[in-house]
Amino acid sequence: MRKAFLRRMAALAILPSMLLTACGGESGENASGGADGNTIKVGLLHSLSGTMAISEVTVRDAELLAIEEINAAGGVLGKKLQPVVEDGASDWPTFAQKAQKLIRKDKVATVFGGWTSASRKAMLPVFERNKALLWYPVQYEGLESSPYIFYTGATTNQQIVPGLDYLKEKGKKKVFLVGSDYVFPRTANKIIKAYAKANGMEILGEEYTPLGHTEYSTLVNKIAQAKPDAVFNTLNGDSNVAFFKQLKSAGITAAQMPVMSVSVAEEEVGGIGIDNIVGHPVAWNYYQTTPGAANEKFVKAFKAKYGAKKVTSDPMEAGYNAVYLWAEAVKKAGSTDVAAVKKAAGGIALERPEGLVTIDGSNQHMYKTARIGVIQPDGLIKEVWNSGKPIKPDPYLKTYPWATGLS
Amino acid sequence: MSEKLRGYGLFALVALLLLVVAPLVLPPFRLDELAKYLCFAIVALGIGLAWGQGGMLTLGQGVFFGLGGYAMGMYLKLHDAGPGGLPDFMEWSGVETLPAFWKPFANPVVALAAVVLVPVAVALLLGTLVFRQRVRGAYFAILSQALAAAFVILLVGQQGLTGGTNGLTNFYDIFGQDPEAESTQRSMYFVTALVLGVLYLGARQLVKSRFGRLLVAVRDGEDRVRFLGYNPATVKTITFAISAGMAGLAGALFVPVVGIISPSLLGVVPSLELVVAVAIGGRYALAGAILGAIIMNYAKTGFSEEFAGGWLYLQGALFILVMTLAPKGAIGVYHQARDALARRRRPPAAEDDAPVPQKQEVPA
Repeated sequence: MRKAFLRRMAALAILPSMLLTACGGESGENASGGADGNTIKVGLLHSLSGTMAISEVTVRDAELLAIEEINAAGGVLGKKLQPVVEDGASDWPTFAQKAQKLIRKDKVATVFGGWTSASRKAMLPVFERNKALLWYPVQYEGLESSPYIFYTGATTNQQIVPGLDYLKEKGKKKVFLVGSDYVFPRTANKIIKAYAKANGMEILGEEYTPLGHTEYSTLVNKIAQAKPDAVFNTLNGDSNVAFFKQLKSAGITAAQMPVMSVSVAEEEVGGIGIDNIVGHPVAWNYYQTTPGAANEKFVKAFKAKYGAKKVTSDPMEAGYNAVYLWAEAVKKAGSTDVAAVKKAAGGIALERPEGLVTIDGSNQHMYKTARIGVIQPDGLIKEVWNSGKPIKPDPYLKTYPWATGLS
Repeated sequence: MSEKLRGYGLFALVALLLLVVAPLVLPPFRLDELAKYLCFAIVALGIGLAWGQGGMLTLGQGVFFGLGGYAMGMYLKLHDAGPGGLPDFMEWSGVETLPAFWKPFANPVVALAAVVLVPVAVALLLGTLVFRQRVRGAYFAILSQALAAAFVILLVGQQGLTGGTNGLTNFYDIFGQDPEAESTQRSMYFVTALVLGVLYLGARQLVKSRFGRLLVAVRDGEDRVRFLGYNPATVKTITFAISAGMAGLAGALFVPVVGIISPSLLGVVPSLELVVAVAIGGRYALAGAILGAIIMNYAKTGFSEEFAGGWLYLQGALFILVMTLAPKGAIGVYHQARDALARRRRPPAAEDDAPVPQKQEVPA
């Protein structure tokens, strides 16, 4: 009895010591400002655990690479960037709380973070109310333009609309819509339906499955019976693996029924299995194969830091760009003050791996070149079409007559 | 007598810590986090009552937390939208007129009443259906867990009505206050701490009453209680409804404290996490449930800030350590330490005067 009790007391002693180690960083509580002494603190807030970790970790890696490169080149305003990494844990309220922690406790100059729209929506009020800056690196559903967020991924008119233009150009008249059940696919499909109506395309079906869903035989049967010319796929994450596998086992090939995906990039192709998805088109603004010196340098540096087998993808490149664009705005403003950075950011144009990227000061989105690619047998993506020049961001699709009434 | 005095002394000490020391010592941001932990502690208190005292292993407490939270969130959303306005997410989800079930929530009194009444009503209905049929143990646990899973699917699927995965967020005005202002967060902290204190005292009174004894009796021998002429189903249903009401209230407090309510807070995993927290703190004592919720959430924040990459492993290790070395949780260890000290102080001859009766282990 006595011995058992002693053992338990030891456990009790371990508890507080574990908690103490966990809070060792508390001494920095009163550090003043994002820019003190010789460093500028910046926050990186992505899901490092949970379902989204597999995607978001790669973006964080790209952002860390950018910070390292900027520091190696002398930093910003003569100061080194110091990343403060936090885990959003694939949980939206956690994103809101961690954003608050980065802003209030760490007093970072800016935050790079998020992937899902839900995480962005959860962080938005925190940044707006605290008048702090968020750089959001992933393509999204548009219909948003927060004065405290810079959107470095594509909005709908730089990804979904060009994807539809491409299908139309290829003579695909009958389209089937498949998506995960959350805000991005639902909004995207709303836009697609409006586009189809105005462009003489027919939508044969619209199906949603919960995030993480992996049973697609019924849906694939439905598609096979509907016989569309093409499928527009807004599925996210693991679901793509099951969907493409079952599509292939049902004997549907990319040649007879191409599946246009907007959430499948180089990183995901490996997980889906190259055999299952080869030949299908995707719509993005950047591929690992995009030509240009800036991209060669990025791919080489990324592989050198994280391993030769690693691939680079659109969201990673957008995260990598975000750090450089912010740094450029800080240099131009001469300070990390949020209002000054916002003012200086408009019009900044940088040659990035995807080509020329210009910040549109009016809505804080980027001018980006749309690129349609086809998945190759080596797992990389070959560009087959591009918009020729960067497209002006139009998050509310105001310049498209068919889109009136959408927002 | 000294036992009772010590109980009140401890309560006063904790109250002093929470109401005076914490607001003075903690920076505003940490105080806001503590308010969040206290919200979870309220849910944990309910679980401690239902599971620790009543033996009902409820793995779906997130449902009631969500009902309370959404009731609050709906009111705040409608308040922000103004009269006749639609909440922002409805506009981008293609909903043009306000759904009928949203309308009553424009009234703050209705919304605040719904925060408690809706979870209680759901729990009463469920309890009546389930406990009368003598569903208990693992079957009840599975049922409550399935309920949590179904609730999440419903919320995510009805994006136009519920905000989908995003949940309800972006509130501008919380009863006339800016939700991100430090003063609002401070007052929300005090409100949460007070609610927790009042509920704790109430629950303690309940456990000490005849009803409480009956509840423990139902936990330890439901059939015997039935043979004695009581109806265990009624006792369990009432307790379950009380714990649901507590979870609802916690959800409603959580919304202004954190500024969001979303399905990710109510599913199977968060519901399980709370049960785990109660187990860590010690489920046989109400204070253990509260302590567990605070320890777990504090550890979660602490670990994830320090080791952003691998904090989940540490959290798991903490749970395994506690469960293998101290199956009755932190409070169990405290009780043992207290008894051991008392035994040491007394001469060994007096050993025989009534050792503290060991509580029976109950199969969950």
